[in-house]
Amino acid sequence: MAGLHKSTYQNPVINWIDTRLPLFTMMQKEYGSFPTPKNFNYFWNFGALATVNLIIMIATGVFLAMNYSANTGLAFDSVERIMRDVNYGWLLRYAHANGASMFFIVVYIHIFRALYYGSYKAPREILFMLGVVIFLLMMATAFMGYVLPWGQMSYWGATVITNLFSAIPLVGDSIVTLLWGGFSVDNPTLNRFFALHYLLPFMIFGVVFLHVVALHITGSNNPLGIDVKSPQDTIPFHPYYTTKDSVGLCVYLLVFALLVFFLPNLLGDPDNYITANPLVTPAHIAPEWYFRPYYAMLRAVEWKLGGVMVMFASILVLFFLPWLDTSPVRSTRFRPMYKPFVALLVVSFFALLYVGGKPPEGAYVVIGRVATAYWFLHFLVVLPILGKIERPLPLPESISNPVLRARPPFSGGGGGPLPQGAAAKPMDRA
Amino acid sequence: MRKLLVTLLASAALAAPALAQEHPEVPSVKWSFNGPFGSYDYASAQRGFQVYKEVCSNCHGMKLLSYRDLTGIGLNAEQVKAIAADVTVPGGTNDAGEPVDRPGTAADRFKAPFPNDKAARAANGGALPPDQSLIIKARENGPNYVHALLNGYVDPPAGTVVPAGQYYNEYFPGHYLAMPQPLHDGQVDYVDGTKATVEQMSKDVVQFLTWASEPNMERRKQLGVKVVLFLALMTGLTYGVKRKVWKDLH
Repeated sequence: MAGLHKSTYQNPVINWIDTRLPLFTMMQKEYGSFPTPKNFNYFWNFGALATVNLIIMIATGVFLAMNYSANTGLAFDSVERIMRDVNYGWLLRYAHANGASMFFIVVYIHIFRALYYGSYKAPREILFMLGVVIFLLMMATAFMGYVLPWGQMSYWGATVITNLFSAIPLVGDSIVTLLWGGFSVDNPTLNRFFALHYLLPFMIFGVVFLHVVALHITGSNNPLGIDVKSPQDTIPFHPYYTTKDSVGLCVYLLVFALLVFFLPNLLGDPDNYITANPLVTPAHIAPEWYFRPYYAMLRAVEWKLGGVMVMFASILVLFFLPWLDTSPVRSTRFRPMYKPFVALLVVSFFALLYVGGKPPEGAYVVIGRVATAYWFLHFLVVLPILGKIERPLPLPESISNPVLRARPPFSGGGGGPLPQGAAAKPMDRA
Repeated sequence: MRKLLVTLLASAALAAPALAQEHPEVPSVKWSFNGPFGSYDYASAQRGFQVYKEVCSNCHGMKLLSYRDLTGIGLNAEQVKAIAADVTVPGGTNDAGEPVDRPGTAADRFKAPFPNDKAARAANGGALPPDQSLIIKARENGPNYVHALLNGYVDPPAGTVVPAGQYYNEYFPGHYLAMPQPLHDGQVDYVDGTKATVEQMSKDVVQFLTWASEPNMERRKQLGVKVVLFLALMTGLTYGVKRKVWKDLH
């Protein structure tokens, strides 16, 4: 439907632009008056923080790329030149390296928020799946970025991870050769990883855009996990959530600054300050902390192809999460039986994170296997069954009236509280 | 489920002692550069440079450093020029196209002890002395580890046969390394009169090497203090604004 937009802006310049390209109207609608549930807690900061983090990564990355050489003979020293001789190069590089860690911290909390409050359930399935796509792209980007400084861990990490694809029957070896651009990790590998590392963030940006579009269609979930029922349940995004997000942003930047300025190498591996050497294998090859849970799962299975499948499945299972969870209640607050299982999932995650950085021996193997088993048990067994047998707590009537339905049975009217006997099947599904 | 938790915790507890290191713990030194306000001790770093120049640089290069960088430990331009002029470096070709040498300048990189890795190995019993530019950042707990290593040449435990061309060190992974004890009491004559004990020299050289690994550390921390103070203030202000905006909401 073509036609000029009827702009309501008084300023003639803004009105002229808005009539032809209603960006101002759109921003006002989506970020100004956008009706948002009034009961967000600070967990709802993390989507905005992830967006800011992506922008920081792209901004620092572009300037790093201006001074970086994607050649095995030059890469390591060019990074050190950035650290030593480029004006504020140390700041750019430390911000970029620690920015990757911050990105994963933020995104892990963001994903936990979605899991805990059931943000993946109808009607937000596509929103959630787009999020998983972003996460996968992020992992690919981070992996290739880590190769670029061409230190020992860059080289050996790239060797170990690309070699995983050789486990695929029939075509595995050809895929690895294709990834490498040769018969070992070498200059062509570094070159293509650099090209892809520059490309993928913009693809992430595209999927983030879709993620936000989907969010603005379904509207946000909220800590109660119940639907918005009336305008009293919502407040305009601005100024309420712009100010609340700003508080979160400041705290996030504070943590980020403490890492960059005072502990810039805390999360890194000392071995990566040694130039890549194909003839010397480091004593322990461990990925960056944010990959360790999956690395632990990879090593939990002795059969190589099995380990690779388990590792990829651990994330791909999230795509099915909206259908694996059979409970009609979104927020874990009202799911007394589910709550300890969420805690156990978090414990498994941290156990895997810990084990992934340790040598695969002794008790570490046992912990890794138990935690891996629980990871899949949680999604494939606990979630489907629990939704059927669990008796959720009574849900609040609405967001603006967050009084629990603690009234006597059979007292409610239309849309009112449910009789206690029916509380196991609340009608809260949209 | 609770059983699972118990299993998890129990196995975590079991894992710790099973993987204990056979090396003594690296002693922690109170370095001037430790902590959020720590800075380099220039006098010590300059002494450390003297140790590097007179002892370490016979085998270990520092290819990422230029002589001009030495102003970062408080040497002035004249001193740097004099240090650089002491070495001879390839100076391109003359008008007849023949290679010539010239004295070093402040812009030159530290002169490498060996023309290439093979020459370095040949002169060191097959072992390649690692470049020292990043040695502190390239080791776990770098400053303390290098300090411990330099002081860690002890008699091997009874019954240990140290392979020929190798030396025993308490802290080196695997204990045997190709570098003989590099520092001995009184090995250098410090210009500032400090007594050159092994302990003193090792501390000075670590001070120098730490600076070399991270020459921008002081600027980083100074800027960091400002950024953190600013962000702390902003957090407070933003929180106040948020409270004010949300006040009328019920």
